[in-house]
Amino acid sequence: MKVERRIISVIVQNEHSVLARITGLFAARGYNIEALTVAPIPDTDMSRLTIETRGNVRVIEQIIKQLHKLIPTFKVIEHEEMIEKEMVMMKFPINESLSNIQALCEAYNGGIANVSSQHIITMVADEPKRVRHFIEAAQRFHPVEIVRGGVVAMERE
Amino acid sequence: MEMTGAQMVIEAMKLEGVDTVFGYPGGAIMNVYDELYKQSDFRHILTRHEQAAVHAAEGYARATGKVGVAFVTSGPGFTNAVTGLATAYMDSIPLVVISGQVPITLIGTDAFQEIDATGISRSCTKHNYLVRSAKELPLILKEAFYIASSGRPGPVHVDIPKDVTAELAEFDYPTHVDIPTYRPTTKGNVRQIKKAAEAICSAKRPVFYLGGGIIHSGSADLVREFVSATQIPAVETLMARGTLRHDDPLLLGMVGMHGTYQANMAMSEADLMIALGPRFDDRVTGKLSEFAKHAKIIHVDIDPSSIGKLVDVDYPIVGDLKEVLEVMIPKVKEQVDPDRYQPWREILKRYNEIHPLRYEDSDKVIKPQWVIERVGALLGEDAVISTDVGQHQMWTAQFYPFSFPRQFITSGGLGTMGFGFPAAMGVKRARPDKISINFTGDGSILMNIQELVTAVESRLPVINIILNNHYLGMVRQWQTFFYDKRYAETDLSFQPDFVRLAEACGGIGYRVETKEEFDEALKDAVDKGVVAMIDVIVDRDENVLPMVPSGGTLYNMMLEFKD
Repeated sequence: MKVERRIISVIVQNEHSVLARITGLFAARGYNIEALTVAPIPDTDMSRLTIETRGNVRVIEQIIKQLHKLIPTFKVIEHEEMIEKEMVMMKFPINESLSNIQALCEAYNGGIANVSSQHIITMVADEPKRVRHFIEAAQRFHPVEIVRGGVVAMERE
Repeated sequence: MEMTGAQMVIEAMKLEGVDTVFGYPGGAIMNVYDELYKQSDFRHILTRHEQAAVHAAEGYARATGKVGVAFVTSGPGFTNAVTGLATAYMDSIPLVVISGQVPITLIGTDAFQEIDATGISRSCTKHNYLVRSAKELPLILKEAFYIASSGRPGPVHVDIPKDVTAELAEFDYPTHVDIPTYRPTTKGNVRQIKKAAEAICSAKRPVFYLGGGIIHSGSADLVREFVSATQIPAVETLMARGTLRHDDPLLLGMVGMHGTYQANMAMSEADLMIALGPRFDDRVTGKLSEFAKHAKIIHVDIDPSSIGKLVDVDYPIVGDLKEVLEVMIPKVKEQVDPDRYQPWREILKRYNEIHPLRYEDSDKVIKPQWVIERVGALLGEDAVISTDVGQHQMWTAQFYPFSFPRQFITSGGLGTMGFGFPAAMGVKRARPDKISINFTGDGSILMNIQELVTAVESRLPVINIILNNHYLGMVRQWQTFFYDKRYAETDLSFQPDFVRLAEACGGIGYRVETKEEFDEALKDAVDKGVVAMIDVIVDRDENVLPMVPSGGTLYNMMLEFKD
């Protein structure tokens, strides 16, 4: 069966060890989490997790059913038509071209976040595929550190 | 009303109608035990090991359908209880296990008898709680009982730090709970039910595949009605034994690895499988790609994640089996023609004539199957039968004449050796009107033998029947079949004297080497109504047959073993 990439959002009640429950479910069943983003939903007692995972149809179906089965799970959203964004921060040596780096960042929906005596720090937020392209393109400026955030997604409708 | 956390635990037990708690005290749960000492509303049974406490609570729950309860302390008390939790989790048994924890102020400091109990129990419970304050306790306890017993039942673990059991708070016990994130689907989709009913009526070779969900949902009567109205043959999983009476002509017997020839052939040749509450365990299906190749599948289950997990299902119905059957049966009755399946029934009857479930009896040595049949003939419906795990368990499932649901208490999913004896104590407590028999092996019984003391002290007269072949029998059988008889560490020739062991603990022991001696021993144990060990020396080399080798196909069973 074909392995596909899926983005799943899970809305859960903010309670003790709820994140461990979710990651434990993946670990116990041998499913893989490629990226995970978690934050509370404003003005509620819920949190939203966005999970990037891979698997064949049967595996993805099981993952979704198992997520539903957890007691604190309020809702599981299987994204189809979504806007998807990921953030990456990169650190470059100060001797690289500031203007070239800035131009590259702007092309990828980002910019320079900080410049110190030693380093330039950039931040880009874009579609995951474009974030990958940005990281590839930025290699020529000899990055010393790369930090990727997880994916966040929202259905269009 | 204000009370301490410990008082709340005791009050909650009373309000939940708990009549028995199994457990073992220790430092972190002492406040609860101190309150327990002051009450006489329910009984506490002191086991001699926490694992046994949980298994006994399971036996109680399995025999009644009510929630079983166990108390254990922190650290080793809790880790000892984990096997019980996992056993209950695999078989969907409603349990509430309450453990003590070190005080909140010490959590995370590697304090004496501290362990991350909820971290450990997370993967083997339906849900768990670490209680942070006495204020939370009433709602958590109410939720624990509700979650354990609703939807697909399962064990719930509540971990309570010692300072929380001492803390004062208002006790306002909820009358009902509403967990917005937990709403099990109980009503099946009517359109799907209708389609399934039509499929049943137009099938030529349908078979009922009866699973443990029938027992849990209390729908055995409906299933009996369904089978009788349609005259469709039925197979039972290990967990569903007792759904149909043993003498029901439509019962093909147990299915799967040690199922009957006709049951396995029915699954292999059916054109429609009506799966009521099973979970398509690998011990039933054998090789998945060959399982029920010709059949459309109807699967009714309250747990959506059970449906389509291993095999593709044509008619998935999520819902409480009882509610689904109440809608489905009238729809099928309207249009079903039981004569339609007559040729199919004839084929299966023929299969049974060719390869019936059988064993060769002997005059020289006692056959284990004979013992089980004999107990069935002598006690029948008067006994509730527990087992440990191994050959004796499969022989019991094959040869005991089960007549009602919850008559057979066994660890199916986890296959827990040491389960049978404590579970049988729980059964005796739950069903004092019945004789509690535990069929066990010489390997299994030693795993919780200390419960002889509990059973005697607590006046829970369980009759343990050891089918003693001086082997770890099931592993030995696999070594015989698949490992060229290299009996690595399965020879149990060195044994304790089970008779004296029973006597040392205050029970009665019998050593049996002939059929006559067995009859006398069983009669004596039943008449005396005491804790008994009947050590039956059986044929060392008997195998459980038929057998589908692990990963094999149901239609290609080993029917005999020849050297």
